[in-house]
Amino acid sequence: MAPPETERVTPLLEVESLTKHFPVRRGLFGWSPQLVRAVDAVSFTVEAGGTLGLVGESGCGKTTTSRLILGLERPTAGTIRFEGRDVLALDREGVRHYRRSVQAVFQDPYASLDPRMRVGAVVAEPVVINTNLDAAARRRRVAELLDLVGLPERSASLYPHEFSGGQRQRIAIARALALSPRLVVLDEPVSALDVSIRAQILNLLRDLQKRLGMSYLFIAHDLAAVAHMSRSIAVMYLGQIVEWGDADAVALEPRHPYTKALFTAALPADVDAPREEVVLIGEVPSPLAPPSGCRFHTRCPFVMPHCATQEPALRSESGRLVACHLY
Amino acid sequence: MVPTVVAVKDLQTHIVTRWGTLKAVDGVSFTVAEGETLGIVGESGSGKSMTCLSIVRLVPRGAARIVGGQILLDGENLLTKSEDAMQQIRGRKVGMILQDPMSSLNPVFSVGMQVREPVGMYHGLRGRALTERATELLASVRIPSPGARLRAFPHQLSGGMRQRVVGAMAIAAPPRLLIADEPTTSLDLTIQMQYLGLLKELQERHRLAMIFVTHDLGIVARICDRVAVMYGGRIVEIGPVRRIFKSPAHPYTRALLDAIPRLGARRDRLTTIEGQPPDLVALPPGCAFAPRCPHAIERCRRESPPETVVAPEHATRCWLNGPA
Repeated sequence: MAPPETERVTPLLEVESLTKHFPVRRGLFGWSPQLVRAVDAVSFTVEAGGTLGLVGESGCGKTTTSRLILGLERPTAGTIRFEGRDVLALDREGVRHYRRSVQAVFQDPYASLDPRMRVGAVVAEPVVINTNLDAAARRRRVAELLDLVGLPERSASLYPHEFSGGQRQRIAIARALALSPRLVVLDEPVSALDVSIRAQILNLLRDLQKRLGMSYLFIAHDLAAVAHMSRSIAVMYLGQIVEWGDADAVALEPRHPYTKALFTAALPADVDAPREEVVLIGEVPSPLAPPSGCRFHTRCPFVMPHCATQEPALRSESGRLVACHLY
Repeated sequence: MVPTVVAVKDLQTHIVTRWGTLKAVDGVSFTVAEGETLGIVGESGSGKSMTCLSIVRLVPRGAARIVGGQILLDGENLLTKSEDAMQQIRGRKVGMILQDPMSSLNPVFSVGMQVREPVGMYHGLRGRALTERATELLASVRIPSPGARLRAFPHQLSGGMRQRVVGAMAIAAPPRLLIADEPTTSLDLTIQMQYLGLLKELQERHRLAMIFVTHDLGIVARICDRVAVMYGGRIVEIGPVRRIFKSPAHPYTRALLDAIPRLGARRDRLTTIEGQPPDLVALPPGCAFAPRCPHAIERCRRESPPETVVAPEHATRCWLNGPA
């Protein structure tokens, strides 16, 4: 599947029909055939040097998607291709290369750093495991990485608790960059930070991308931030992508009713500008028993009779892909 | 003239710590009228939650103390009331909704028991009449099949439904003032929007004065009439929401508005506020924002700026806005 409105170059990461079902234990006696369809036939690409924003509410499958890409879960079906090669069919050496090339930064910098390790050791750990640099070269690499994220060299001898939330997130970023990855998965990287610190980290991430040329998979629920950071945006609902395309197009002229509802919540540039407001009724249905037809039809303000029976496919519409019977 | 429900005047709340006395709230003044929503925004440690807790006199006992000012609720000063009198005011006159509904609800009692308790207390109802009233209350916060939900326990409800139960309890009286401290922060985006709509509806029905604490300026733009921006325990700017968004007077407000990504205003870089939020134990003698302010002059570091009115209803504390 080609990304809409972009030239066809070999993308860094290609995800095709990616599916992950979790079996659920029910009651006291053994397993039942019930499945949580956490990710259901999801396809997208991440270009080299580009950013894909992945948006959705809790339970939509965005974190499971990132865990599949990070190799922390094995997909039930589908393929992940990195640099054109099937990640699931890699040999030992290939897996090592892949793990070095794909790194992650998580939401809570209080939980993601070992409190008993000095910052120097935290940042150096990936280097120690994956390379055979000597101690002096490792120290130089750590100093270089700390400088890259805007922390003084002496930070290396301190412990994580001596840093504020924003500084800790810088440490987590330095660690993620230690092996010069080609793709960094950013899972809600600024959600735990104060507003004035968020801007610092978002700027840092963009500067680093410009300097080092890696790609980002940016997962967040702050839509204005996603629109700011991303070249393209994919919106997920109950394990499926409902809209995917150029970031400006999706953010400013959303087509899928669910995307519209999400972007209704974001702060516009002009508070007086008239906007289409979509407020949804009801709650997200259980992924154990997703609704028939279009999974969104139970909450959709524009629902039509055939929405309940026919599942809409992702189709090209105004320069992006949308899965909705309205178009 | 719409009657003023609450008037906070020069409120001072201090916290005594090992490292010294911390001025968590330092001379805060504002009013909220019937049917009006005042938003309070600020970063963590700016004093917004402590201001709210001071209004109901629930600041952490032992550590924190309200040392000055007045809180007038319908003209009566709450700071001179006895603890028994305050007990009658909390809930009846002032309702509260806090961030985490799971910590506002007791996990071992059914929703029904918890909703019936305040309803029985405020309206003197018992038995079937009480259950009917509790059911009506749950229906008024749009909880589907409210009668059945009375028998449910908090863990059986979703986050959004739990926060609705908390909302139902907060308006059971109904109160004159509703304090909502980050009520939607723990909720999913589409559920947030539903909840904000519900709060607006309840406010209109009961003509509630509402104080809405948040760090999300998108929510402020959506539901507040006026907004107070707090920094280092003080209100640095207060005024009508549209005016503050269009022509902010304080450098901190301006920086805050420039620091957040907005839809339809694609910029290469966001403006950042250099430095860290202030250390409340060691506040500088002048303006608390001076160390991070790009426009600070000598006077800012020496003297704390007074409140200056820059337009009708719009005031700020900044030497650059022309106080003598």
